[in-house]
Amino acid sequence: MADNEQVADAATGDGRTRASRKPRRSRILVDFMGSMNLAITLLVALAIASVIGTVLVQNQPYTEYLMDFGPFWHEIFAGMGLYQVYSATWFLLVVAFLVVSTSFCVYRQTPGLLKDLRRYNLQVREKSLRAFKASATGELDQPRDDFVQHAHRVLKAQGFRAREKTNDGETVIAAMRGRWNRLGYLLTHVGIVVICVGALADGTTLLKVNEWLGKLEIETRSVPVSEVPPSAWVSVNNPSFRGSVEIPEGASADVVFLPMRDGYLVQQLPFRIELEEFRIERFSTGAEQSYESDLVIHDPEREEPLRHTISVNYPLIYNGYAIFQASFADGGTQLDIAAIPLGAEALRALDVPGRVFQEVEVPTPDGDTRTIEFINFQSENVVPLLNEEGERENRHLGPSFDFRLMDRTGHGLYYRNYMRPALQEGAMYFLSGVRQSPAEEFSYLFLPADADDSLDRFRTFLAMLHNAEVRQAIARQVAGNEGASDEQGSAAIAQTTAELMRFFAEGGYATVHREIESRVPEEQRERATELMMNILHAGLQGLYMEVLQEEGVVSIQAEEQRWLEDAVSAINAISLYDSPFYFHLEDFEHREASGLQIARAPGQGTVYFGSVMLIAGIFLLFYVSYQRLWIIARRRVDGDGTHVVMAGTSNRHQVEFEKRFAHLKRWIIDQKPVGSPTDHDGPHSNKNA
Amino acid sequence: MSVPHEALDFERPGFFRQLHLRDWAYGALMLAVAVISLGLYGEHMDRYDIGGLILAVGTSAWLGWFWRPWQVFSIVVGALALFGIWLYGDSLAANETNFWLNYIGSGQAGVMWMSVFLYLSTVAYLAGLFSQSDFPSRVGAAFAWIGAGAGSMALLVRWREIYLHDPSWGYIPVANLYEVFILFAAMTALMYLYYEQRTGSRTMGAFVMLIIAASVTFLLWYMFSREAHLVEPLVPALNSWWMKIHVPTNFVGYGGFAIAAMLGVAFLIRHRLERTRPDAAITRRLPTKDALDSVMYKAIAIGFAFFTIATVLGAMWAAEAWGGYWSWDPKETWALIVWLNYAAWLHMRFTKGWRGPTMAWWAIVGLFLTTFAFLGVNMFLSGLHSYGEL
Ligand code: HEM
Repeated sequence: MADNEQVADAATGDGRTRASRKPRRSRILVDFMGSMNLAITLLVALAIASVIGTVLVQNQPYTEYLMDFGPFWHEIFAGMGLYQVYSATWFLLVVAFLVVSTSFCVYRQTPGLLKDLRRYNLQVREKSLRAFKASATGELDQPRDDFVQHAHRVLKAQGFRAREKTNDGETVIAAMRGRWNRLGYLLTHVGIVVICVGALADGTTLLKVNEWLGKLEIETRSVPVSEVPPSAWVSVNNPSFRGSVEIPEGASADVVFLPMRDGYLVQQLPFRIELEEFRIERFSTGAEQSYESDLVIHDPEREEPLRHTISVNYPLIYNGYAIFQASFADGGTQLDIAAIPLGAEALRALDVPGRVFQEVEVPTPDGDTRTIEFINFQSENVVPLLNEEGERENRHLGPSFDFRLMDRTGHGLYYRNYMRPALQEGAMYFLSGVRQSPAEEFSYLFLPADADDSLDRFRTFLAMLHNAEVRQAIARQVAGNEGASDEQGSAAIAQTTAELMRFFAEGGYATVHREIESRVPEEQRERATELMMNILHAGLQGLYMEVLQEEGVVSIQAEEQRWLEDAVSAINAISLYDSPFYFHLEDFEHREASGLQIARAPGQGTVYFGSVMLIAGIFLLFYVSYQRLWIIARRRVDGDGTHVVMAGTSNRHQVEFEKRFAHLKRWIIDQKPVGSPTDHDGPHSNKNA
Repeated sequence: MSVPHEALDFERPGFFRQLHLRDWAYGALMLAVAVISLGLYGEHMDRYDIGGLILAVGTSAWLGWFWRPWQVFSIVVGALALFGIWLYGDSLAANETNFWLNYIGSGQAGVMWMSVFLYLSTVAYLAGLFSQSDFPSRVGAAFAWIGAGAGSMALLVRWREIYLHDPSWGYIPVANLYEVFILFAAMTALMYLYYEQRTGSRTMGAFVMLIIAASVTFLLWYMFSREAHLVEPLVPALNSWWMKIHVPTNFVGYGGFAIAAMLGVAFLIRHRLERTRPDAAITRRLPTKDALDSVMYKAIAIGFAFFTIATVLGAMWAAEAWGGYWSWDPKETWALIVWLNYAAWLHMRFTKGWRGPTMAWWAIVGLFLTTFAFLGVNMFLSGLHSYGEL
């Protein structure tokens, strides 16, 4: 305020400065609450709190924080509300303080401000005017009345409003312009108070108060709505909330879940929202262009249900409830799955009908059971890739589904299987991703597809490999081909071949190596391994010939040869795959769910109104300069002319004001033209910007 | 009575009376642009498009009246952009065969020219700082004009290019980091040129152009290492007309803050030189502390005003796209932090009359906060503003 006080005090010496007042206790409070130091402290506190809230990811499950910080810090952080900084009590207190402080400031400033707007202050003396930084004097020949008339003309033309007081000795003119600037101060600060009040009305304060009063209790379990106890239900009358709900196609909901700390509350709606259909529009790249939901609002207050389609950026505002398209998810897609045993039974698949979010028990060939939990279904997978020319390209991988396969103890890995084979370096594979936890990346199992893009050949190959009789037959055949010199040698080779094939079937190369290690002394191991590998591969090759023969394939091209290598790699990898089945998606009936965000924000209008005040205020503050001018005109002691003192001040832009004052002096006192303003200071630039 | 008052020039003619013929001609041209655009494409425009057109044309007319150089600038940029668009015709492939498109008219070419000229401008301004003559700085200003023009043209042509890629992708090119960096460089250069012209103080350019050159460097790195210039369709939430006003408004703010910070650097250097080498030529080459302080304030003021508007617009957009005007999303929160910082800065100046090195340092710190809000949030923090990740 330093500049402003100069405006009023310098001219009059009137006691607007705080120091000249005798402090009373209430005055001290007002001073403290409205003080700049407090305001800056609060602003900084707010900024630091905001930084914390962005660095520490907010609203995560508490178990995750516990893992990240350990029990000790977790306890402290949770106690300080750092996981929900912006709704923490202390944070709200800081904001409240800021509002109060700003209000006090406005309260304290307003009287002076009104005075600035209305009081022209004709009680000035020549001595005080001469003390101004911008001041000038002149001795004119002009009679006082003429001069005063002239001065008024200039002031008026220059946008000043002027008052005049004349007594016989002298005329005092007090003028001001840019009064709106003072209003700007009021608008910015009142605007901020209005915004904060509106935002407070839309926040979760009411719910928090009810929680303190014991009327509400946050639900932390994830259970069906029907099992949520009444203490976690919020009545229809709650004026403001913001929550979300997922509705599958064909289903409906009349509640919204409000996230609160580590749990949620259930907000009752006065109407029921039904989702008829959900659609995703895609760009040619496969990326989502837009998604939309056909909603039907069933409201007992209405005669007819209301039909409306919402999409991203185009919500439905219904009776003060805003319904937004926020996200989408699977709504329980029906999946027809063939569980293909990865062993001797490979040709005998089990039908496993399932639904996303359901669990199904599957009997394994060895008499055990596993439980498959269907986690998600994706109707379209687009992977951006760089092609050989280095251009961006999108690969469409088609539908996929995610699941978890658990043993009896509930342990198991996470999988993602694709329905259709995908092209990978020139050949087609069925992909199955596997990972330990959803946080990890998938590792992929590549099952080679055959010429019909099916898994039939692989299944046959696998089944035969696991069949002891087949192995024996193939082994004998291979041993014969090897051309062993004697019957015994041939039998031994056949024996070894069959065994190696069994080891490989059971545990891939790892088992083969283990067996070799356990039987062959270290010195001979290297040579033996090489030999054994040759034998094993000859066996596998023989097996493959058999498979091809059954298929009726006669000539073997590079393509067929590659298939064998892929199949062998796949079988080798199966031991790490940790599933007795490959689950193949045969068919599906897609059902989506729309994620709606529903909000009631009665303070929104208030916040917008406050924002407009704030913006208007800022522009007035910055771009209108408040200027005051005083002129004292007295009859000259030495004759008929007029003695003039003139002074002025502005609350900002001292440099510009001094330039302007010089012009005013030239017009008013010197009564000469300033000359056409230079281009640089031209007609357009006479702003403060 | 020396002079009859009629002969004095204190009667200020109104704003419109001060306009010259060329100003009216420019206004008429803008009107013509609006009318022709409506005539040609009006049937394809909804009321928001029409509103946007009128707003854009009106703003341009007003800017041209307020600041004459804008008239020439906008006409040249507009003509070049139209030339590029015309060369394209209906096919993006023209880019590969047409010499003019390849080297002048395409968005990519525009960005390269912008980079070249803004770098050259930086060098020229730096030379101007250390030489006795004004000439290098004048060259710097000319290059800065060309650079800003090339960047603006590049954005306009890119706008068309996006539609040529696929009409269903169409969006205004202020949606990803690549595009907003072009916007930042061009916008900041223009804002600086305005201040240079209004103050007549050219040596400020050596400082301001440094930050612009830095942003160009980032842009080039981003383009070459991440293929950032390739056009991708928008995520659904960004497909909103709010973006058209929210993003450019924000960048007036960023531009203002960046200029203020660099003038803060100049201020500190001059402050130091005045004590250590008061008579050195370089000390006198620098603008006075008063001039620097004044422009620093003005840049922060305009930045703050627009940043406030941008934040409010962002809140309104969020209310439509995410279901709430304020979600404490990291980007929003950092906008608030930046805003609070400059609010505190302005209070210190207004109420305590603070000037000098402290305020200069503070303006520099402000730029770090701003940069984090602009870039750091996208790089380090997750949130709803997920576009333009590095
Ligand atoms: C964040 C919210 C804000 C708070 C808490 C706040 C608080 C305050 C306080 C406590 C004062 C001192 C009043 C006094 O000394 O009596 C003040 C003065 C002032 N504030 Fe703010 N303010 C805020 C936002 C703004 C904004 C956005 C602007 C405009 C850009 C602004 C412009 C001013 C001005 C110009 C003064 C000095 C008034 C004068 O010189 O008479 N304030 N503010």
